[in-house]
Amino acid sequence: MTASSLKVGARVTLAAGDFQHLLDALAGRGYRVMSPTLEDGRLIYGEIGKVTDLPIGWTAFQEGGTFRLEHRQDQAFFGFAVGQQSWKQFLLPPHQTLWQAQREGSGWGIIPQVQEIPQFAFLGVRSCELEAMAVQDRVFLQGAHVESTYRARRESAFIVALNCAHQDPGTCFCVSMGTGPRATAGFDLALTELLQGEEHGFVVEIGTDRGAEVIRQVPRRAATSGEVDAAARAVAAVAGNMGRRLDTTGIQELFYDNYEHPRWDEVAARCLNCGNCTLVCPTCFCHTLEDSMDLPGAVAERRRRLDSCFTVDFSYLHGGSIRTSPRSRYRQWLTHKLATWIDQFGCSGCVGCGRCITWCPVGIDITEEVRAIRETAAGPPKE
Amino acid sequence: MAPKRKPKLSVWKFASCDGCQLSLLDCEDELLTIAGAVEIAYFVEASRAMVKGPYDLTLVDGSITTAHDAAVIQRVRRASKYLVALGACANSGGIQALRNFTDVNDFIDAVYAKPQHIKTLKESTPIAAHVKVDFALNGCPINKHQLLAVLSAFLQGRPPMARSHSVCVDCKLQGNVCVMVMGAPCLGPVTHAGCGALCPTYHRGCYGCYGPKETPNPAALSAWFSQRLGMSEANLVRAFRAFYANAPAFRQESEAHDK
Repeated sequence: MTASSLKVGARVTLAAGDFQHLLDALAGRGYRVMSPTLEDGRLIYGEIGKVTDLPIGWTAFQEGGTFRLEHRQDQAFFGFAVGQQSWKQFLLPPHQTLWQAQREGSGWGIIPQVQEIPQFAFLGVRSCELEAMAVQDRVFLQGAHVESTYRARRESAFIVALNCAHQDPGTCFCVSMGTGPRATAGFDLALTELLQGEEHGFVVEIGTDRGAEVIRQVPRRAATSGEVDAAARAVAAVAGNMGRRLDTTGIQELFYDNYEHPRWDEVAARCLNCGNCTLVCPTCFCHTLEDSMDLPGAVAERRRRLDSCFTVDFSYLHGGSIRTSPRSRYRQWLTHKLATWIDQFGCSGCVGCGRCITWCPVGIDITEEVRAIRETAAGPPKE
Repeated sequence: MAPKRKPKLSVWKFASCDGCQLSLLDCEDELLTIAGAVEIAYFVEASRAMVKGPYDLTLVDGSITTAHDAAVIQRVRRASKYLVALGACANSGGIQALRNFTDVNDFIDAVYAKPQHIKTLKESTPIAAHVKVDFALNGCPINKHQLLAVLSAFLQGRPPMARSHSVCVDCKLQGNVCVMVMGAPCLGPVTHAGCGALCPTYHRGCYGCYGPKETPNPAALSAWFSQRLGMSEANLVRAFRAFYANAPAFRQESEAHDK
């Protein structure tokens, strides 16, 4: 295959045995390759250097409040759905010192913060996760006030997407949200793992010129129509076997007409208001600012940290919190995620990744909550 | 302009293991700075110098378990402008509040050779049950960084910050994978943050050392422990009846399973 045929949209096949060359090519271009990997028996996103750092031969059993890693029968590199962590931890760090100030005479002098912008290559980014980045792009990059840390990290990141195939669908419902399981945009390269029928390898779709340049450095051949079909079938199988379903018909009206639905009390009785759903959600972006000063009062610091709307302090206004009950906080979160987010940003805040279901310590399932409200929904308020 | 008088600090101990006031001595790197910023007027554990009140800032360690202590805390309060209760004992009654669930005389008879010499109250109670507490810093023991933040805030006249959200928030911010979803019972979702998610960071469930968080829901957590993780009623009682056994939310939950 000639280099000139490596154009955007082209598909090539990369043998599993040559996967190391892809990692080397990315590292050679200065990227820190971040990927699903196992650490102490936990599936995380971390830096890898070798193919053997991938969770080869592992899958994950997922249910509400439950996640178990299990061995697969084969040697799939990416044979699992998403874990707890999401890429947002790299794009906007959960803790960040924004500025420091030092007392100078009767005033204060600002100590500038030097922001190191790491150059990441994200490997194995699912379609729902690409969509989550697109959601956060609307939050952080649109309008008059652009989030500079996010922009710098986002723009420099190289994205190797992964079309979902050969995995237990767990708590996924991307098909309901129109966000997967095939990556359609927003990647430099998109992989589909081939396990059955064909040799173990990857069909690689080139998404950008930058992606094509990386692929030029990797042993590959043009994908056969059989391989392309096998890849499409594997992804279609996942699409046809979603673990969850969420009916989004008239979803805004559903919420706006049901602020007083009894289901809010029912879910509040089970909800721990611990905040886990928001912290694992790849689109939840809320942060708070915390000021501190050293003991002598000479240096002050303002830090930003990831926050959650499930805390009492989150809605603290002058004189107190406006959402003191767990019921009001759960209702606020779900209503924002699925309805008012659309008013605010022009898209849903949910990408159907299922993290809030799996990683809720008591397995509260947003698809179930929406279904329960819908089943006994109030109509629009009468005039 | 006359030099500003250094605020007077006093530290008092009631029924406790001393761990919380030792957290102040544990501020090794910052100790000289603290000594420079405040006058350590009364701190028996650290210094024989005992300067009389009034005190600008008072740190109280321990719970009230005797009539003598119940009288002393009144005097301490009267001598203190701003009083901070430190730790599980001072803020809930501590592990010694296990007596509150039974008859303390049974313990006295079992433990002491000459029980007639023991004079104690039936219950171990938090400082706030006796006097007004201006700020509660939780933990068993407290976190020294939070103690420093409280001191710093006091010196600057700002409200201290010690977030009362769940351990889960701090745990996730550190990138920890949830131990409970991986199968280990964890009190993190109902427990006050402040420890830096110490146990989950080492893949252990949280023991609730910082007491109940804001708006906790222990009943929902117990239901999951029992139905999904197979925890017995006896172990549910033990889970909630530890360092913060007497804190209302945990007390109510352990009593619900103590049939």
